[in-house]
Formats: sequence, C-alpha cells, structure tokens
Amino acid sequence: MTTVPVAETPPQEGLGRRLSTFFFRHPRTRLAALLALPVAWMVVVYFGSLVVLLLSAFWDTDPFTAEIVREFTLENFQTIIERPVYRDVAWRTIQMALLVTLADVVLAFPIAYYMARVASTRTRNLLVVAILVPLWASYLVKVIAWRTILSDGGIVNWALEPFGLSFDGYSTVGLWLVFTYLWLPFMVLPIYAGLERIPTSLLEASADLGGRSLTTFVRVILPLAFPAIVAGSIFTFSLTLGDYIAPGLITSEQFIGTVIYNIRGQALPTAAAFSIVPIVVIVLYLLVARKLRAFESL
Amino acid sequence: MVESTLTRVLLRVGAGLTLAFMYVPLLVIGLYAFNQNVTQAWPIENYSTKWFSIAFENERARDALVLSVLAALGATAVALVLGTLAAMAVSRYRFFGREVISFAVILPIALPGIITGLALQATILDVLGPIGVSFGLSTIIVGHATFCVVVVYNNVIARMRRAVGSIDEASADLGADSWQTFRYVMLPQMRTALLAGGLLAFALSFDEVVVTIFTAGAQQTLPIWIFATLARPAQLPIVNVVALFVILVSIVPVYIASRLAGGAGLTSDRPPRGAVASELQAP
Repeated sequence: MTTVPVAETPPQEGLGRRLSTFFFRHPRTRLAALLALPVAWMVVVYFGSLVVLLLSAFWDTDPFTAEIVREFTLENFQTIIERPVYRDVAWRTIQMALLVTLADVVLAFPIAYYMARVASTRTRNLLVVAILVPLWASYLVKVIAWRTILSDGGIVNWALEPFGLSFDGYSTVGLWLVFTYLWLPFMVLPIYAGLERIPTSLLEASADLGGRSLTTFVRVILPLAFPAIVAGSIFTFSLTLGDYIAPGLITSEQFIGTVIYNIRGQALPTAAAFSIVPIVVIVLYLLVARKLRAFESL
Repeated sequence: MVESTLTRVLLRVGAGLTLAFMYVPLLVIGLYAFNQNVTQAWPIENYSTKWFSIAFENERARDALVLSVLAALGATAVALVLGTLAAMAVSRYRFFGREVISFAVILPIALPGIITGLALQATILDVLGPIGVSFGLSTIIVGHATFCVVVVYNNVIARMRRAVGSIDEASADLGADSWQTFRYVMLPQMRTALLAGGLLAFALSFDEVVVTIFTAGAQQTLPIWIFATLARPAQLPIVNVVALFVILVSIVPVYIASRLAGGAGLTSDRPPRGAVASELQAP
C-alpha cells in the first residue's frame, strides 16, 4: 500500500480521527488490531484445546477407579499399537472411507459432468442450489431418515419383498450406503468445478485427432478432472474417518469414531491417543492430495 | 457440443438418479412426519397431522429449540466478528503467516468433529472447570463459533477480492475516518456477503450435533434432544416432526444465502463458475 503524503490541512481533533490517523500511519498496527481477536480465538480456544487433548494422551489411568493420574506415560500408545482390536477398527474404518469415496465418485461424476457440460446455464444454477441444499440439511436428520428407510419394515425391504429378497440395513453395507449418501454433495461440487474448467476446444481437438468418445474421456477428461476428484475425496474420506453418530445409529460394528466415543468415559487418555490415528491418516491424505495438486481444485 | 446424443441421454439419466438418491430420504422423513401410527413401517397407512401439535406441546423439545436458537445466534455473532476481521486482514495485507490463517480457520471443520469435541470437553473439564466455568450455553457457543468462523470468512473474503482496495483510500482522502470508511464504504459492499455468511453460520450451528454433545453438558439443543429421544420408540413420531422442522430451518437460510451470494455460488468470487459450498472453498 502506497502512502500518499497529505498534510495541507492539520487533522481535526477528536479521538476517532486521531485514531484513524494513527492507524493510517501505522499499517502494521492496523493489521495487528484486525488480527488480534481472530488469531487469539483460534490459538487459545482451538489449538489450545487440541494441545490439552494431545497432552492427555500421555497421562496414566488408575486401573481401579478410572481416575486420570497425571503422570507421563507412553502406555496408551502401546495399548493402541499392541491390541489387535484397535488395529482392526482403524483398518475397517479406513477401508470404509475408501469404499465410500469410490461410491461417491461413481455417483457424482455423471451429474457433475451434466452440470458442467450439458445443462443450460439456468438448469446448472438450479442444480448447484439443488446440491447445496442436501449438503446443508441437518446431518442428524439425514441419518435418522436412513435408519427408517433401512429398517426391517422400511422402504428398502418393502421394495425387495416382491422378489423374495431381504436386506439387513443395520449392517456395514447399510452404513456404507448412509455414508455414501451423507457426503455425496461434497464430491459433486468440486468435480463440477473441475470439469467446468476444461476448455471445450481440448475435447474438440481430441475428436479432430480421431479420438472417440471413450478415448477422449479416458485420456483427456479424466486426467484433467483427477485433481478435482481428489479434492472431493478429501471430504468423503476424512468425514467418514472420524464419524461416530452414523455408525452408532446404523450398526453395532465399531469404527474409530465410535471407539473414541465409547471409551472416553473410562479411559480418556486411551481415547486421546486413539484420536491421533485419524489425525495422522488425514494429514497423510492431505499431503498426498497436495502432491496430486488437489488443493488448487478446492 | 462434443458429446454424442447417446452420451447426453445417459448423463441426463445418471444425473437424475443421483438427484433422486439425494432427495428421496429427505422426502421420506417429511412423509413420516405425517404418519399416524407409532410404528415406522412402509408404506404409511394413515396420514395425520396430530403429531405436530403433540410435538409443539412437548416442553423439552421447546426448551431445546430455544437453546438451539440462542446458541446459533451467539455463535453467528461471534463468527461474524471474527470471520470479518480475519477476512479483512488477509484480503488487504500481505504478511508472514497469511496462508496459515486461511488454513487455520478451515481446520475446525476439516478435522473430525469428535476430535474438536473431545478436545473442547477436556479443556472445559481440566482447564476451565477449576476457574469456575461449567458446561452450558456459553460453552456451546464457543464450540460452534470456532467452526462457524470459516463460512463467514469465506464469504467475506470472496467479496473483498472483488472489491477494489483503492476505494478505501479514496474514502480516507475525502476525509473519512476509519470508522466512517468501514461504515459507509466497506460495509455496504460486504452487506450481502455478511448476510449470506451469517445465515450459513446459523444453519451450521443450528443442526450441529457432533461437537455439541461434548460441549453441552446436561443441556439439550434440538439435535441433542432428537439424538437422545431416538432411544424411545414411542416418541419416534414426535422426532419425525421435529426432524422435518430442523430440515426446513437449515434449508431455508441456505437457499436464501445461495441467492444472496450472487448467481448460484455461495462464496465463489467468479460466479457461477466454481460455485462451491463455502466450506469447500479454500481461499
């Protein structure tokens, strides 16, 4: 910002004006005044709390009273690494997150492509709102809706009955459906934005050079849309990884979120240590995503 | 158009199926709110509006609604102040750590809610408890505001990028002090962005449950009331009515916000292209 020297009229008195002059002459102070509150809030409230949680992962628990003993120990991490149940739960959750991501890509791609390249501007704008509305509609209510749909007397089993089939909705497969549903809008929007950035001339060039639809799709569209797909997968993956409400309401199978939620009462230090697992997985995922240039598509 | 007719027909069908998949569950919960029976079987045999008045007379649900509204208003107010300040700093200045700010405001909704919740709960119990802070409306607001900042921030920063910085300087040259410049020059430009960000923050806070369970203590917001009441099958019809209500309360602000934010985009600085929900948009 360039400072323009204006000094003809002496500044009028008054606190507001003197303050304005002061801030104008000291842009750094002005910046500090703007940043003080938000930075203090994030550092004290959010990062402070995260530090408190991470610290408690190093505390001991009295085996008889379940009271927290504030003595440094690595036992909680040892428990998580050595007990196979934690490893199984972590692995099951990661698999779930990957399968949900895959399903969401498959479901999101056609509608994103339709919005980006086929629909009229009017339809496209309507569809964007149509995707945003379920994205923001109450998460808990969506899970409840699925609980009703997947129940024994629910719509799914009602539809399967004439074929002599039945489906145990309160299962891992049912949960996979629910997760796929919950995070689908988070996948549609980045893919749509990514596809829209592809210039039509590139597709025409591919056709001119003899590329058939499928060739153009596989060799031109997919590689160009890939960073956007990865960008969407950040949400589908990380949201699945930490959820505890949907798994708790749909199935009795344990996932990272439900384990943390269930053991936090008797063994907060172990829960804190286990919560480092999704943090590490998500950070690794974000690093890979950044390598794949997904952040530019967010 | 490069796409063949067949491709376009298939795309239309695929898009329609995905859209149906997105909306059928919302319609189903809407229909169940009118279900006369207590059992949740499909197809619904008798329709009735009797559960609406029963739900309205449920005192605990009403108390929960009041708490939810208060929490959402408080969180929105805090988020508006913090998000606007941060957005003004990041959009108007270059400084060391500028990228970190954009990243830091996104983190609370990028990391799993259970971690944010557990962290806040541990802090309230261990650090704030000894100095006399206990679970209640204020702790709910603090938790919600932390992840609501990002939606205000994203909306305001998108608007600030489109606005020309030299207008502020012109205002100062014409003799306005900082407050007048903010009040008469910057605020009118940001008004719809603030409204959109505020509405989204309200919607985000109003139906939040993942973090709230950890910060509410014994208090019940409406989503927590729903969560707790799910365990009582006899009350499910009331839950369905409240669920429909919650969906409408969260959808309406989003719809208005998406209109306000210009074209279709919620936060996009180049609408309607890249019209991505604000939380998806990393500045």
